[in-house]
Amino acid sequence: MNPLVAFRVSYRALRRNKVRSILTTLGIIIGVAAVITMVSLTQGAKKIIEEQLTSLGGNSLIINSGSRSRSGVGNSIGKKNTLSPDDAEAIRKLSTITHVSPILDTTEQVVWGNRDWFTALVGVSPDFVFINGWFPERGSFFHNEDVKNAELACVLGKTVASKLFGYQNPLGKTIRIGNISFKVIGVMSSIGQTPSGKDQDDIVLIPYTTLQKRILGVNHVDNISVSVRTSKDIPFAEAQITQLLRERHRIRPNMEDDFYVKTQLNIIERIFTISKIMTILLGSIASISLIVGGIGIMNIMLVSVTERTREIGIRMAVGAKERDILIQFLIEAVVLSLTGGLIGIVLGIVGSKISSFFTHWPTLVSFGSILLAFSFAAIVGIFFGLYPASKASKLDPIEALRYE
Amino acid sequence: MEDIIVVENLHKVYKMGDVDVHALRGITLTIKKGEFISVMGPSGSGKSTFMNILGCLDKPTSGRYLLEGNDISSLDKDELANIRNKKIGFVFQNFNLLSRSTAIENVELPLIYNGISSDKRSKHAKEALFMLGLDGREKHYPTQLSGGEQQRVAIARAIINKPSIILADEPTGNLDSNTSIELMEIFKRLNKDGKTIIMITHETDIAAYAERVVMFRDGKVMKEELRSKEKLHEPVSRV
Ligand SMILES: Nc1ncnc2c1ncn2[C@@H]1O[C@H](COP(=O)(O)OP(=O)(O)OP(=O)(O)O)[C@@H](O)[C@H]1O
Ligand SMILES: [Mg+2]
Repeated sequence: MNPLVAFRVSYRALRRNKVRSILTTLGIIIGVAAVITMVSLTQGAKKIIEEQLTSLGGNSLIINSGSRSRSGVGNSIGKKNTLSPDDAEAIRKLSTITHVSPILDTTEQVVWGNRDWFTALVGVSPDFVFINGWFPERGSFFHNEDVKNAELACVLGKTVASKLFGYQNPLGKTIRIGNISFKVIGVMSSIGQTPSGKDQDDIVLIPYTTLQKRILGVNHVDNISVSVRTSKDIPFAEAQITQLLRERHRIRPNMEDDFYVKTQLNIIERIFTISKIMTILLGSIASISLIVGGIGIMNIMLVSVTERTREIGIRMAVGAKERDILIQFLIEAVVLSLTGGLIGIVLGIVGSKISSFFTHWPTLVSFGSILLAFSFAAIVGIFFGLYPASKASKLDPIEALRYE
Repeated sequence: MEDIIVVENLHKVYKMGDVDVHALRGITLTIKKGEFISVMGPSGSGKSTFMNILGCLDKPTSGRYLLEGNDISSLDKDELANIRNKKIGFVFQNFNLLSRSTAIENVELPLIYNGISSDKRSKHAKEALFMLGLDGREKHYPTQLSGGEQQRVAIARAIINKPSIILADEPTGNLDSNTSIELMEIFKRLNKDGKTIIMITHETDIAAYAERVVMFRDGKVMKEELRSKEKLHEPVSRV
């Protein structure tokens, strides 16, 4: 019997029991819809996480002066001030780098009127806001021109603004930092505390050149913060920077670096691991519902084989081989599961659109997930259809004919 | 005429738990090509069992069965299915039509398993139904047909693959006498066209259509009666 005929016979048999067929496929429908909705949701969530990670500086690197091995991170003993603004300019030219900001920091007393506050004073370039995805809430940030001229302009962190000005508008006011007067041109948005509890809004940002020349009287920078095109490029960017700085600092091949590159890659990895776990978890829930759906199909196929024992006997009496009966019932099971699969795909797409509407996540219904769900449904059909089909094909013709 | 069916010392034993039921106790019979044979005998004498073995639906416990000179016992399931499909047409007392398929679909069934293409199938099936006076009934379901019509559909199905043998197990058992006579005329015609017909019946006037009557009793052939052409249609004497 050729497959097309078998298909038609199966289709007709299923249509005869429309309600039962639909109820039977419900498990598969739900399973497939769940797979598609979940995969698209997790992919959407992953995209959101990646975006947020990028805006939080997930694809940024920090280059510190000093050697990692001798001094250790945060140990200033071996720290030589090896990084210069020219290093920063050279790094800017690398293919993978999008933004570069030299960074110097110190702590200073800031004063306005009779109020004063002791805070972190950080010198940066305008790229700083893009690298960290952290922008002024009021006013503006300083420009490259201000850096070039070492202007006396500052942008306040939220905490400093409220300590000095309370509810007053700080924009345009003049404050003193150390003994120098600065004009407040902006107030940063609030980004809150670090995981370790440090208030990141307790900060005043000024052009790094101003900090170098007018306050500290130095030519070096403490570190260089850069952002990389995409987080995937981070390892390559790290290698590029290392090679560039070794050349610029004339470090011989057997000598250690006099700088070290710090990445936030482990955070990224952690988040990717979490989203992978999420996918696996949701995937297994979906798989379980597909398996339950498959058992439903097996159950109804067994009922169908029993009900149609006489039909099987008649078919055998007129020349159906075991294989013909097997294929007929197998195709029936697969038609059932694939019909369920198709309905499930439609529902899954609708479901992911709905959940996208409520979560505001961009859900991605990928061709891959549709293919996955569909082939899963087919496999479930074959796997769970095999037993009833083989049971049907092994029937004894005489007994089948005599069955009431 | 050549021998189309030869059975020698055929035995069939059904195991029912501890009890052995001897349905056939050594049947020896030779049937020539083109013969029309009636099988008679009391209920439980093994007629249907014998017929099922002849039809390759069942296998004997022992004994030999040669169909067109080939020993059936050496064949596997697929080959037996093939014989049922091409060499033998079955007609049952209760018609055994697929109740959810139309007349023409029922007739097409053996063609499907013979790998005939769909357009040829419906053409052949239409012709067969026409031959049996069922034109216009192609799309009818068995429940929409009378008993005689259903049995004619079953006969159309039995002959669709042009088998040389037709096995009929009480074909008129569920029909009234007029319809039975119509049916026997069809069998007669098929026999004239060269088909070998073996028919089980309880009715002597139906058995009278055959050239030879074989009497079964307790799983054995008790008596054979050859009937001359002139005596055909005269009732067969009761056992
Ligand atoms: N599948 C089976 N299992 C056990 N015993 C069986 C089976 N089929 C038939 N028999 C027994 O074999 C014997 C012959 O049965 P069979 O059906 O061949 O009789 P029959 O001559 O066709 O009778 P009837 O005229 O009533 O149709 C009976 O005793 C019956 O009970
Ligand atoms: Mg019988």
